[in-house]
Amino acid sequence: MTQLPPLIIADRTFHSRLLVGTGKFASTQIMQKAIAASGAEIVTVALRRVDLSDPQDNFMEAIDRDRYLFLPNTSGARDAEEAMRLARIARAAGCDPWVKLEVTPDPHYLLPDPVETLKAAEILVKEGFKVLPYINADPVLAKRLEEVGTVTVMPLGAPIGTNRGLKTRDAIQIIIQQAQVPVVVDAGLGAPSHAAEAMEMGADAVLVNTAIATAGDPVGMAEAFRLGVEAGFKAYISGLGRHSWEAEASSPLTGFLRNNHA
Amino acid sequence: MSFWQKIIQYRWDQIEAAISSKTAEDVRQALRAPTRNFDDLLALLAPVAADFLEEMALAAHGLTVQRFGRTIQMFAPVYVSNECINFCVYCGFNRHNQISRATLSVAEVEKEVMFLHGQGFRHVLLLTGESPHHVPVEYLIRIARKLRPLLASISIEIYPMATDDYRRLIENGVDGLTVYQETYHLKRYAEVHPAGPKRNYRWRLETPDRGGQAGFRRLNIGVLLGLCDWRVEGAYVGLHAAYLARSYWQSHVSVSFPRLRPAAGGFQPQFPVNDAHMVQLMCALRLWLPDAGLVLSTREPASLRENLLPLGITQMSAGSKTAPGGYVAKENVEGQFEISDLRSPQEVVRMIAAHGYEPVWKDWDAVFLR
Repeated sequence: MTQLPPLIIADRTFHSRLLVGTGKFASTQIMQKAIAASGAEIVTVALRRVDLSDPQDNFMEAIDRDRYLFLPNTSGARDAEEAMRLARIARAAGCDPWVKLEVTPDPHYLLPDPVETLKAAEILVKEGFKVLPYINADPVLAKRLEEVGTVTVMPLGAPIGTNRGLKTRDAIQIIIQQAQVPVVVDAGLGAPSHAAEAMEMGADAVLVNTAIATAGDPVGMAEAFRLGVEAGFKAYISGLGRHSWEAEASSPLTGFLRNNHA
Repeated sequence: MSFWQKIIQYRWDQIEAAISSKTAEDVRQALRAPTRNFDDLLALLAPVAADFLEEMALAAHGLTVQRFGRTIQMFAPVYVSNECINFCVYCGFNRHNQISRATLSVAEVEKEVMFLHGQGFRHVLLLTGESPHHVPVEYLIRIARKLRPLLASISIEIYPMATDDYRRLIENGVDGLTVYQETYHLKRYAEVHPAGPKRNYRWRLETPDRGGQAGFRRLNIGVLLGLCDWRVEGAYVGLHAAYLARSYWQSHVSVSFPRLRPAAGGFQPQFPVNDAHMVQLMCALRLWLPDAGLVLSTREPASLRENLLPLGITQMSAGSKTAPGGYVAKENVEGQFEISDLRSPQEVVRMIAAHGYEPVWKDWDAVFLR
């Protein structure tokens, strides 16, 4: 079997194109098993859930930082200031200077604030962070973030936790066409088929949490997502057949014109 | 604009009549609806919906797992004072009651919180009666400053304050506000609050508005179940929560379900709420407010707490004491009411895990607030 090309973010190479989140699991043990089954190499953790000052913190201990890139996220931050404060504290506590930037001022739909995200991204990049921003599927914002130096863009497929799939498909397609950094579709993917669909469109990776954590069997679902991502990516690089809207009639309706001229 | 302007458009008797007129078909429709309107909420609160409890519970469970996962956020109440100038007929702290009163020193509060910290708690709720003389805002600020380094989140359930006082508390590390209207029924409210500053219905009703304007990150409301018809109360608390989420869109709104418990004074609930009613109310509010936190305290017995756990609860207290200094700092001070679930936090956490949920001790960080 041919080796699929790796995912390169900033200066790091990954063989998995599935990133996973750590929220909503019924126990740390189930989370660990699900992460292993997903094949993910990047694991994101909400800083609000961990006690960075406690070396025996449950979460920090549960994720083997030699095996996974521990990607802290700023979930809960309501503006640029709060997000930056969290990112700096994580780095000061010894985390890699990578941050999944989430600025979600509304605690209900958890939709990202584009203005504050751009502001925080620009400053954090200057401070040396590798910034992976969570954004709405806004192609212009994606380009603006790329310009200030973020290492990915992470547009949402649907609001976090909704499992609704690629509701923002058309805008994500534009982001993929224009992007010069990896596009990671984040949030809203509820089934492996959604993940496969994103990969078939040309997304570089996807991030999944709720659909795995809240499945009847999270470990089985993690594996299903791994397979979905692999299938979608392989289909993409193998060159999908183009859709054709028109039926190609075996006896064209205008065939008589050609017949008359024959 | 405050909730007062909103609530006066909804007459109690009209809501009551609308609830009683709902049919089984209305309930079915409410269950099927992808997004629910106020009439759907009324149908889910209606007597006929009692036949659909299992369907409601399944839907509520599904929504909660999707939105919050299999997690329960743990918190502990810390009573700092039982001094009170009010006369709430149902409350053990009623000014008439001859009970031993105390207000903790800042050091005593710290001692209580150190004890809770040792048990694992990082989210605490500070409670007082209403006595600005014993518990001025400056005293609460001193407490917040002292506790801040120990805790991820500090909420308050105290007497209603002005917006500027709330701002000062937030600046000093308090991030959540709990205030129960007790009852939304104006006349009943006056009956159970015969005197004292709490008698002012509107001032209390607008307290979450002032909290939202001041910038609390969490607003928690509720009614005291047993004071009046729980179905109509459920409709009002549902309206209130939806209004708050819309008006203060950066604050997370949650609803508590305090049911009247025996307390000094011996008040008997005139509108008893049984367990099936609790289930119906909780599920109806979950289906109406998919993103709201739903809070269950140790007022409820252990077995019921276990059964309610998967129906939509997102936050639980454990090992609670309702007297100031009740954990370690003081002895023989009267509590606000009797606790029903007497298990230790460790036992509760084991129960939560046994039901396939993860107890979450920390889900916030002091770093969010400057």
